[in-house]
Amino acid sequence: MKKLIILFYFLISTAVVSTEKNLVDINDVLKNLRCLVCQGQSVADSNSDFSQTIKLVVQDQINEGKTEKQIYKFLKEKYGDWIVYNPSFNMINSILWLFPYLVFLVGGALIFLLLKKRDYR
Amino acid sequence: MKIKLVKYIVVIFFLFVISVFFIGLKKDSIYNTQGLVGQKLTEIRIDHFSEKKIINDEDLKKSKFTLINFWASWCGPCREEHSFLIKLNEEKNLRLIGVNFKDKKNNALKFLNELGNPYDDLAKDELGKHSIGFGIYGIPESILINNNLIIIKKFVGPLNENDLNLIKETINSK
Amino acid sequence: MLSNLGNIILFLNALITLSIIYISIQKIKIKDQVVSKNIYQLSLFQSTLIISSFFILVIGFVTSDFSMITVYQNSHTLKPLIYKISGTWGNHEGSLLLWLIILSLFSFLFLVYNKSRPGNFRIYTLIVQNILILGFLFFLLFNSNPFSAISPIPKEGLGLNPILQDPALAIHPPLLYLGFVGSSIYFSAAIASMLANYPGKLFAQSIKNWVLISWWFQTVGILAGSIWAYYELGWGGFWFWDPVENASLLPWFAMTALFHSLLVLEKRNLFYFWVIILCILTFILCVTGTFLVRSGILNSVHTFASDPSRGIYILFFLSFLILSSVFILFKKFQTGNYKINTNSKETYILVNNWFMIFYLITVLLGTIYPIFTEVLTNHKVSVGPPFYNTVIIPIVVLFLIFMSLGPRTKWIKDRFQDFFLLIKLLTGSILVNFFIVIFFKSYSLLSNLIIISSLFLIFSSLLDLISSLKRTNTDFSRVISHLSFGFLILFIGLNHNFSFEKDFNLKVGEKKKIDDYTVEFEDLKLENFKNYKAVVGNFKIDNNKKKLNLSLNPEIRIYQQPSTLTYEASIRTGILKDYYLTMSNIDRSDYYNIKFQKKPFMLWIWVSVILISAGGLVRLFKNENKIS
Repeated sequence: MKKLIILFYFLISTAVVSTEKNLVDINDVLKNLRCLVCQGQSVADSNSDFSQTIKLVVQDQINEGKTEKQIYKFLKEKYGDWIVYNPSFNMINSILWLFPYLVFLVGGALIFLLLKKRDYR
Repeated sequence: MKIKLVKYIVVIFFLFVISVFFIGLKKDSIYNTQGLVGQKLTEIRIDHFSEKKIINDEDLKKSKFTLINFWASWCGPCREEHSFLIKLNEEKNLRLIGVNFKDKKNNALKFLNELGNPYDDLAKDELGKHSIGFGIYGIPESILINNNLIIIKKFVGPLNENDLNLIKETINSK
Repeated sequence: MLSNLGNIILFLNALITLSIIYISIQKIKIKDQVVSKNIYQLSLFQSTLIISSFFILVIGFVTSDFSMITVYQNSHTLKPLIYKISGTWGNHEGSLLLWLIILSLFSFLFLVYNKSRPGNFRIYTLIVQNILILGFLFFLLFNSNPFSAISPIPKEGLGLNPILQDPALAIHPPLLYLGFVGSSIYFSAAIASMLANYPGKLFAQSIKNWVLISWWFQTVGILAGSIWAYYELGWGGFWFWDPVENASLLPWFAMTALFHSLLVLEKRNLFYFWVIILCILTFILCVTGTFLVRSGILNSVHTFASDPSRGIYILFFLSFLILSSVFILFKKFQTGNYKINTNSKETYILVNNWFMIFYLITVLLGTIYPIFTEVLTNHKVSVGPPFYNTVIIPIVVLFLIFMSLGPRTKWIKDRFQDFFLLIKLLTGSILVNFFIVIFFKSYSLLSNLIIISSLFLIFSSLLDLISSLKRTNTDFSRVISHLSFGFLILFIGLNHNFSFEKDFNLKVGEKKKIDDYTVEFEDLKLENFKNYKAVVGNFKIDNNKKKLNLSLNPEIRIYQQPSTLTYEASIRTGILKDYYLTMSNIDRSDYYNIKFQKKPFMLWIWVSVILISAGGLVRLFKNENKIS
């Protein structure tokens, strides 16, 4: 049984390793970009003139071998942070990124303390 | 006592959130790129309209001020603003560059023959790709830059009388 | 004419509401415990009147009475009858009238269904609920009156936004409103319970069915909205973490946490104040959601005609609700009894609440964060899918594992046995995931974990199901819902990883090869319909490896009133996968932008959600049988 389990974990780890992908998927990039002339639509979902142009530019940059991060950086420079749906991790935005986990940890700690208190009695 | 403190904190927290919402209501929820004023344009490359040459950063540094205007013959509001561009043509401190956006050459020439050509230099952007480098998201749009390529003003939508005066003031004051 | 009648009824309703509040307060003052007949009558009268005012509005829409601004702005004579009717609640004013109907009706029904409970609890509930009614009635009368008259009377209406002319969207608002507004009654009951000192266990019994009802409608309402987004918005997704979607999800988290905690309160009389907080939180979130959606403070794909003056009113009312409930809560708060065993169902229900609150805070923060950055730093940011996916998905893995362990705690006594069984289940899940990877294609580590943990939940729920079939007092509702939740996450995971999407431009007569598929743009036809024209494309899809011979016909619809273009996706739904094709015109060009998608297991995502909600219904019927 133990051997079997080890085998499974080995197999799964090889499967996972093989998933490492190097290519930037254009759809992933376009889904993370906001269409500036639309109401809350991503560039991938919109067919506006603006989105069509952005699609061309992103494709060009992928062909040039730019990474996802470099493409976002370029567009943020030109249009502001608003264009990317993924707020960058900086001093101010750390509240956004870390507060949920803080709540999670505090919640876990509260439950833990509640149970511990009872166990001592 | 402890509960009282928690109570005050909770109440203050909610009042803070509500007042932020209240101020937020008065803000315009439609985005514009005005926040980019003060930034520097980089890596500029646009094709010349008729000649086989490329307009780059160096070309834009030639004049003290440059107004880059994005237009097309199919764009209605571009007609409206054209008379203001022609007035700006007389200004000595200002170089006017027109970028013909996603347009057909013949239509563009027809447009200029009909309404006049205010531009010192004319460029084209057939696929609209180069305009992304200028942060353009709808035409007409105009960008006023100085000889350090710093964006001084952005005009989204057609220029009007006020914009015209603003541009004149800016280029003649410094 | 209709407009005057409507206004008179609304004013009359305000008077009745005021008198209900007045009579009830008098009763509390003289400590009269009996809910007298006149209160019943007034309450019934109130519901009847508000429903009849709604019917007056429906008649206005059906007969296209453009003397009312609301009808003029949202209807058109050429619109099909069903959308004339659904147009009644498809706009802000009409939907608020629906709010009021649900508020009043639930108020009356709660009064009727709780005859055996003490009078002061019921009277307090009635007072709080009628304060809510009054608040929204004033909002309706002085800010968003559906019966406002217009003169001169226009000859023709402006028409309803065509993307709202859709069967799923005709039923979506009423469903969601029953969920949203349904939560008002346990908000009122929670406040009443504190004021009337009505003890925890009995209080739990009085509200549990109401929580289930609102939760069921909320679930089904979100489903209808997602299905609509899937086939109408034309991008093949069903959830975009858009502010409006989030607004409907936030109360859902709170409701889910609430009905789990209610079980503990009912069985063991624990967590009383926590349940009260959840009751209040749920309704507060519903009103907050309404505020975010209706005020236009956020940029959303679901455009509502928004107006800041509405926002100010709702915000004012919202702060009143929050501050008064916080005040009462702190006044009545006592540290209660929280003695529970570590390895018990109570612990796991607390764990459920812990995760629900985490999801809630994350989604709430993500939704309102852009408002804060703009107001405080004058900087606009977008918070979208990448944020929610990165923050939430890792935690979901943990959640699914706890969800599998939770229901098992009671019936497996031998802890070593328990552990061994779990290892077996886990190994089984990993094995199945491994086969999925082999047969389809590989995906990221996180996706692997999600699929494995959802399989783990499915297997352990199946075991649970088998063993509960052997016993007499079975709890099918929980098994069904938990099992289906496992399937939901599994199918969403598979759908996300094996979806195939390609975006390209084609002219009539051209072909495009993508992987194994060939998409051929055969021709275009122009068709005329009653209230729109349509450009219909004819596409043939073929697969090189197997015979497919699929023909898809996406449309571009041109509506005249109001003049809009809409893009209708052509979808072929199958057991295993959907084919999805949209076509849109490119300005100043002969080319059309084509988006071809293959979306596996879409049908099963919908089915899983239906089954999750079915679990809630089973519980509801069981509760009903217990009472009778």
